[in-house]
Formats: sequence, structure tokens, C-alpha cells
Amino acid sequence: MGKFFELQFLTGHIHYLLFIVLMMTGLFIVVDKTNLVKKIIGLNIFQVSVFMFYVSIGKVTDGTAPIFPMDSNYHVDQAAMQTILYSNPLPHVLILTAIVVGIATTSLGLALIVRIRESFNTIDEEDILQIEQKMTRDDNQKYKYLLRDML
Amino acid sequence: MIFHHLILRVVTKLLVGTIILFALYVQFHGDFSPGGGFQAGVIMAVAFILYGIVFSLEAAKKVFPEWLVHKLSALGVLIYAGTGIVTMILGYDFLDYDAFSPLHPTHGQHWGLLIIEFGVGVTVTGVMVAIYYAFAGRPPCISDEEW
Amino acid sequence: MANIAHVAEHTARDLIDHLPLLQVLVPFCTAPVIVLFGSRRFAWPLAFISSVISLVISVMLMMIVREGGYISYTLGGWAPPLGIEYRIDATNAFVLMLISTIGTLVLPFAYTSIKNEIRNRDHTLLYACWMLCFTGLLGMVATGDAFNVFVFLEISSLSTYVLVAQGASKDRRALTAAYDYLIMGTIGATFFVIGLGMLYMATGTLNLADLADRIANQGANRTVRSGFAFVIVGMGLKVAIFPLHLWLPKAYTFAPSAVTVFLSATATKAALYVVMRFVFSVYNPDFSFAKNTLEIIFLPLAIIAMFSASFVAVFQVNMKKMLAYSSIAQVGYMLLGIAILNEAGLTASLLHMFNHGFAKALLFMGAGVLVLKTGGSFYLQISGMGRKMPITSGAIVIGGLSLIGVPGTAGFLSKWLLVQAALERSADNSLFLVVALSIVLSSLLAVVYVWRIFEVLFLREADVLIPSSEAPIMMLIPMWILAGSCVWFGFSTDLLYDVANQAALNLLEGSMGMSGSILNLGMN
Repeated sequence: MGKFFELQFLTGHIHYLLFIVLMMTGLFIVVDKTNLVKKIIGLNIFQVSVFMFYVSIGKVTDGTAPIFPMDSNYHVDQAAMQTILYSNPLPHVLILTAIVVGIATTSLGLALIVRIRESFNTIDEEDILQIEQKMTRDDNQKYKYLLRDML
Repeated sequence: MIFHHLILRVVTKLLVGTIILFALYVQFHGDFSPGGGFQAGVIMAVAFILYGIVFSLEAAKKVFPEWLVHKLSALGVLIYAGTGIVTMILGYDFLDYDAFSPLHPTHGQHWGLLIIEFGVGVTVTGVMVAIYYAFAGRPPCISDEEW
Repeated sequence: MANIAHVAEHTARDLIDHLPLLQVLVPFCTAPVIVLFGSRRFAWPLAFISSVISLVISVMLMMIVREGGYISYTLGGWAPPLGIEYRIDATNAFVLMLISTIGTLVLPFAYTSIKNEIRNRDHTLLYACWMLCFTGLLGMVATGDAFNVFVFLEISSLSTYVLVAQGASKDRRALTAAYDYLIMGTIGATFFVIGLGMLYMATGTLNLADLADRIANQGANRTVRSGFAFVIVGMGLKVAIFPLHLWLPKAYTFAPSAVTVFLSATATKAALYVVMRFVFSVYNPDFSFAKNTLEIIFLPLAIIAMFSASFVAVFQVNMKKMLAYSSIAQVGYMLLGIAILNEAGLTASLLHMFNHGFAKALLFMGAGVLVLKTGGSFYLQISGMGRKMPITSGAIVIGGLSLIGVPGTAGFLSKWLLVQAALERSADNSLFLVVALSIVLSSLLAVVYVWRIFEVLFLREADVLIPSSEAPIMMLIPMWILAGSCVWFGFSTDLLYDVANQAALNLLEGSMGMSGSILNLGMN
């Protein structure tokens, strides 16, 4: 427990701490807000925090951008390659895919909100919940006699 | 016709061509500098979206009709998968670009990457413009004051 | 660069070498082709043909790997730990076969059902989405790369949200159902990615077999443990493990009938396969934390799910909703089989996956036919339909019996094995006697809710306005194929049991199970 409060430990793991703060912010927005658009924004923040987490774990101390050094003839400079320290490019590549997935999710979510707004005339979760509960009550009212018969 | 926003319209007309040119640069120079299909596709889509925002959606749809957008987004995926199928027919693994030039695998990799990145670019352009059309094409149900 | 990796002489691949990839590639290519044709007339036939092809491929794969060993397929010519690998062993092949069988059988049913429930202009894109969902589920199971699992998971999830939202033309609550599913599904998938990130931090690899090796070699540490938690919770959302099931009833109730049939029989199963893969192959259950998770968390949750979801199902007045709650309960049985942690339990779990997939698909198809005939699936609307359409209702009865686990149906076999597995464990831990008892008791609840369907269908007066006619032949054939196999697998138990047992053995070997012998496809 004592180790956690050492300054060096905190600064050395600062990106994890920030990742968790951002992640919890996003998750809190998703849970707390009743406005559907705000929920999607919260979801985005949540996802972006994960992207940042991935990008940060690809960092190698003193590493540079992972691009092959080229000589003037567009050939790989083998001599330079030996001396350069690269960051790990794989997490970046993975996150490129995840970002595209995030865009697809966001646009699909927003499209659904447009449709919800058109048919429920509101984008507030509480109102929608009330409308739906009423619909369910009406259904049960309409189709209930069987339930009573059974019991 | 819209007669206001003269400056915007003039600047847009100038910019659209440049943006498309830049998209093509990012697309085909992707193996030497940062870039590639995703970025190029988005930049290409920006050109059409900018045109649509300034000159109305109908004008944009006249340039880039909706059916074409949908077909393009499917076509790009097929270009990508088709490249893989061609390498399979040539007797290599799926997307093993060495198949295009077995004696000079580096060249094969170049060509293969160019083709699939082109496919990615086509799809991303199509999808981005399709998303814009889908949202912009909805009749507005919230008036400006309500926001 | 590339030329370094390819010094070895190249041997040409032929079609049979590509089977693991074609399994995923065929439906994947069908989706854009359907959009490119853009015609409603071509959409269904194309989807059906590619489903049949992938069914054939999955059966061929099953034939190759059913004796043990695995097939490895590398993409792009990059060797496995670095490149993406498709790795088929008996366990995948079993789940692949389930998914492609259901996918093929549902499509003939879907033709009429979708025509009835969804506007014509949406059909083309709907079938494209259907194929993408199919691809995603197959890919999740076929792939041997952890991040690839996530990508395919998202392909299937995103298309699932669209498919569920299509129910909006009948009931607008489909939209909010899809929205809720989207929020929860995305949180689940993102949790899964966080877990993968932690695994990658700790091991530096994403290949499942390589992950298994490295975790086995370096032992557990805090990163690996929290990665496990994230992966299980993330996938648990997709499986609808008990407290994470909230999206399921609404999504299944309001989705178009054909979509519900497809999802109920495949989507949760594919996710459950991923959970199994991670629990048994990547993390060896010998690790105390994995074992503790199974016994302290999975086991109670599974039993709670079995009782509470069944109990809720009893009081539903809508057949589709009742079946959705029953699905949550049945996931409990499969989870229980995993948590019992012996060979019989895992075999039972895999078998139950298969049997429940068939029985639930059959019952949801029955609900779909009733929706087609009467316009809704409320008990009041469908009452007495059993007498008006005896052939259809006969199939529903068989599905219901298999769901309960009546002797002579496939459902009996898996539940019997599950009880046996629990009794086997009770030798050293008497608590498992309670588990065995609870399996039997919760089956009694299943009797109650399935009996309500029978009662509604056969013992009630029907609405005189509804004409007495059978379902269209396109719907009857898949229903009776499913009903027939429910009975056939109930009597001829060996075939399925052997395959499931081999799959379970593969999983139980832990990380060793992923390093069996490579099968050379060219030889077959």
C-alpha cells in the first residue's frame, strides 16, 4: 500500500491513472445521463480512453516513430536500421481498427436515436421508459385474461 | 438557387478540387509517407460533404448519386477480398501479395498493398458519404429554436 | 522485409488448404455482392447459396479434425505468432457446424417471415446485414488471434443491432431494444479489448496459442489476472451471463421473428465458445484464480440464472418473451457445465449448446409462424392455433419437450450428462449434490413454462376469424428438420457425443490442447 503513494510510482504510471480517470468518466456518463445522445458521447469517451491506453502501451522509452529509414533511392537504409530504437507500432495498428469500429458504432447509435426521436418524439430515456411501460401495461391489459385463468 | 454566402461558395469551389487531389496523394503515396486508404477515403468524402453543406444536399446528390455511393461502398470491400481471392487462385495464402511477383516479393507486396488500399479508400469514401446523406437527408424534426 | 520471410520454396495451395478461410470468406463476400446487385430477387438466393456452401465447408472441417489435432491457416503468408492465424480444432469445428447449420436452416424460414414483417425496400440490405452477422459469428469462432476475435465480434454485433432494429416496422420498441443492446454490447466489446490490451502488455502476443504458452510459462501476475476479469465480463455481456443479460429479453422479443431465431441459436453460443476458449485454453483452469472464478462466481450465477429466469418465464404472456427468458436460463445450464470443471461437465455444456440451439431455433420458428398467421405472439392471440395447424404445432411440441429434457429427445442427453457431471464432482465436494438437485428442480420450472404453450395451443378455443391452414412449406421443412434432429439425436446419441467429447478433451488439456498435432489438409 505504501508503494502506491510514492511519487515516482505515480509519475511512472501516470498514463494508466489518466486512462482510468477517462474511462470512468465515460462510463459514468453512459450510466448517469438520460439523454440518449449524451450516452453515445459517454460511450465515445469510454472507447477513446481504451484507444489511448493501447497507444500508451506501445511507447518504448526513447523510441521514435516506426518508419523505415530510407536512403535517397527509396531503399531501406540497413545501417541506420540497426541503430534506431522504434516504438511498438502494433498497438497503433490494432487501434486503427478499433477506431473504425468506434465510428461505425457511433453512427449506428446516432441513426437509431434519429429513428427513436421520430417514433417516440423524445430522446430522453425517462420519457421513453414511461411510454414503453405504458405500452407494456396496455399489452398486458389487453392480453391478460389468460394469466388470471392460469393462476 | 442560393445567392448568399458568396465567399463560402467561391472558396468551396476552389477547395473541392484541391481536397480530392490531396486525397489521391494520401491514397497512392501511403507506402512512402503516412497515409493510406482510411485517411484518403475520409479526405475524399470531406470534399463531397463540404460541397453538400455549402451547395445543398440535392446538388451533392446530383454529383454523387446515392445509389452510386452504396455500390461503391460494396465495391471497395470486393476489391479488397477479390485481391485475396486472386492470390488464392495463384496458389498462395489469402492476401499473400508475394503471389503477384514471386521472384520479387517486395514488388508483389507493393502492388498488393496499392490495390487493397484502393479498395479501402473506395469503401471509406462510400460509407462516409452514405452516413452524411443518411443523416442530412432526414427531414428536420427539431426546429432551430428548440435546441 | 518481406523477402526475408519467404526464403523457403513455395508450394502451391489448393482449394482444400483454404477451407478454414473459405468458411468465413464465402459469407463475407456474399454481403457486398448482394448490395452490388441491389435487387431483391437475388438477395435471398445468394444468401442461401453461400450459407449452404459454408455448411458444407464446416462439415468437411469437422470430418478432418474430429479425431483430434488442428488445422492452421496463415493469412497473408505471415507465420503464426506474428501473423493472423485461423486455427480449427474439434472445438471450433463443432461450434462452426452449429452456426452454419442453423444459418442454413433459418434462411428458408426467413424468406416468408421477413416478407411478412419487413418493408420490401429493406430486404436487400437486410440480407446483406444477415450475411455480415453470419460472417462475424463464424469468424469469431474460426480465428486463432485474440484481436481478430474482437473485430469479428464487432462485425456480428453491429449487424445484429441493425437486424434487431428492423423490428421497428411492427413495434417501435425494437428501436430502443436495439439501442440498449448497442450501448451494452459496445461496453462489453470495449471491456474485452481492455482485457486483450492487458494480456498484450503482459505477454507481448495476441495469438491465442502463443498467449496460452506464454501465460503458462510466466505464471499469473496482476496484469494477467485483471485481463482475465475484463475478458470474461466483456464476453459475458454477449453471452448474457445472469446479471449481464438485461439486453436480451427486449432484443429477442421485438426483433423480427427470423432474426430472433438466428440470434437465439447462434449469437450467444459463439460468445460462449470464446469464453470457453479463454477460460480453458488461454488461461489454464489450473491457475487458482481461473478455478476460483469458475467455482465462486460462475457456479452461483448459473444456478441463479436457471431458477430466476425460468421463474420469470413462467409468468410471461408473450411466447417470444417467454422463450427469451428461457434462453437466459438455458445459458445458465451451459455455464454450469463449464463451472463443474470436469470432462463430463464440459461435454454436457457443449452438447447443450447444440441441443438448445436446435430446440430454441425450432420454438422461435414456431413463434414466427404464429406471428405470421395471427399477427402477434401473445398467448391470447395464438390460443387454439394447435388445432388449426397441427403439423406446425407438432414440431413446436417436440421443440418444447427437448427444451425440458424429456427422455427420447436431444435435450435429455445433455441434461442427464450435466447431472452426472455434478454427481461425479460430489464425491469430493458434497455441495455438488445441491447443484445436481437444482438442475432437476429448474427443469421442473421448464415443464411449467413449456406446458403453458401446449395448453394455449391445444386446450383453448381459437379465434374463429383465423383460417385453419398450415404454415407455408418453406417454413415447415426447416421446422421439421430441426424437430427430426431433436428426436434423432435423442436416440442416436453416439455421433454427437463423440464429437462433443473430443471438443471437451481439447479444451480440458488447457494450453496443451492448442499445441496438438497439425493436420496436413493436402493429405485428406
